[in-house]
Amino acid sequence: MSRRITTPSQTVGPYLHLGLTWLNTTDLAKGASAGEPITVSGTVFDGDGAPVPDAMLELWQANAHGKYAHPEDRQDKPLDQGFMGFGRVPTDKDGRFSFRTIKPGQVPGRGNTMQAPHILVAVFMRGMLKHAYTRIYFSDEAANASDPVLALVESPARRQTLIADRAKGKAEYRWDLHMQGGQETVFFDC
Amino acid sequence: MDPIGYRPSTPGSQPNYLHPPYKSTVKRAPGKPLVLLPQTLTEVTGPIFGHDKVAPTDNDLTKQHAGEPLGERIIVGGQVMDEDGRPVPNTLIEIWQCNAAGRYNHPVDQHDAPIDANFTGTGRAMTDAEGRYQFTSIKPGAYPWRNHPNAWRPAHIHLSLFGPSFMTRLVTQMYFPGDPLLPFDPIFNCVADPVARDRMISQFDLERTVPEWALGFRFDIVLRGRNATPMVG
Repeated sequence: MSRRITTPSQTVGPYLHLGLTWLNTTDLAKGASAGEPITVSGTVFDGDGAPVPDAMLELWQANAHGKYAHPEDRQDKPLDQGFMGFGRVPTDKDGRFSFRTIKPGQVPGRGNTMQAPHILVAVFMRGMLKHAYTRIYFSDEAANASDPVLALVESPARRQTLIADRAKGKAEYRWDLHMQGGQETVFFDC
Repeated sequence: MDPIGYRPSTPGSQPNYLHPPYKSTVKRAPGKPLVLLPQTLTEVTGPIFGHDKVAPTDNDLTKQHAGEPLGERIIVGGQVMDEDGRPVPNTLIEIWQCNAAGRYNHPVDQHDAPIDANFTGTGRAMTDAEGRYQFTSIKPGAYPWRNHPNAWRPAHIHLSLFGPSFMTRLVTQMYFPGDPLLPFDPIFNCVADPVARDRMISQFDLERTVPEWALGFRFDIVLRGRNATPMVG
């Protein structure tokens, strides 16, 4: 049977908030029953280094036990009824965003690997004809050293763009997103 | 066992990030090659929204205010499926659009056209068990933008879909048949393959048209398919 053609992607444009704000979720941790509450904040920058005030990040992550709230996760780990793992986070007029969540647990990678805790991110904005995928890892995780996805990024400097920096003594992380330039964030083809 | 991944979209069906005729892509498209990531459990899962998120009336954009919005009433609907033609049931669709005069109910839009106090321009629906959906709305107008001299966007409705996985996420725009602005629009024309491009144009649908009430348009949506059918259960 011949396959159908996937519908092309188009930009969210400048008026994305009109249709999408109702589902904004910047506190993923609200209602979670396990795990370390953390905050991740940063700024989205364009190719001129200017902040992007009309971007939106969507987030997808496992719960503190390393279990996704999805039927295809058949791991024998507990679900957290109060934790969905989805976030939708807009940038403000200065290109800044911030969200609160639970530090995700580890989930399996391909083969017999384990992935370090991470959040999958989809990036949307005016000027992007299709969204881009990236990931957020955490600077205080020893498991980063053996993460099979971080290992796909050859340059250590580029790998660093995926790692959120933990503030001293606080459960707060800083993660900036650069669309282009010397600090360009790693985006994935997946 | 490794999860069964989602296939790349049909070759030629998706835009490149960089499309210079659409000027905003120049500073916002990733500049470096993407890193190939074989999908893991993280990628093949994704958020699942229940029908409780959406009220049954959320799909009628003409009934959100005291009065009726101005313009040509339309009914837009179709089926959401994957590349293999399998319906995508119980998935969230979000839409937004400008009013009949070509003005968005949004502070960023300063186009000199009237706001319609009876039209917000945003709606939501869940697909049914066969992947079908429907919205009632007003045909959006064309509007100018500053991409190039005398630039006008063809009439369009923005649609956002999730599907069963973070890999099936899609934001697109639906256009109307016979719109004379389509050949001049760099956003519509960002897709190289004309057959794929035409998948963004809805079709007039007499079956969906309600006598003495509203014109019907059919817009089927195809999300990424899987390399093979996963085992269920």
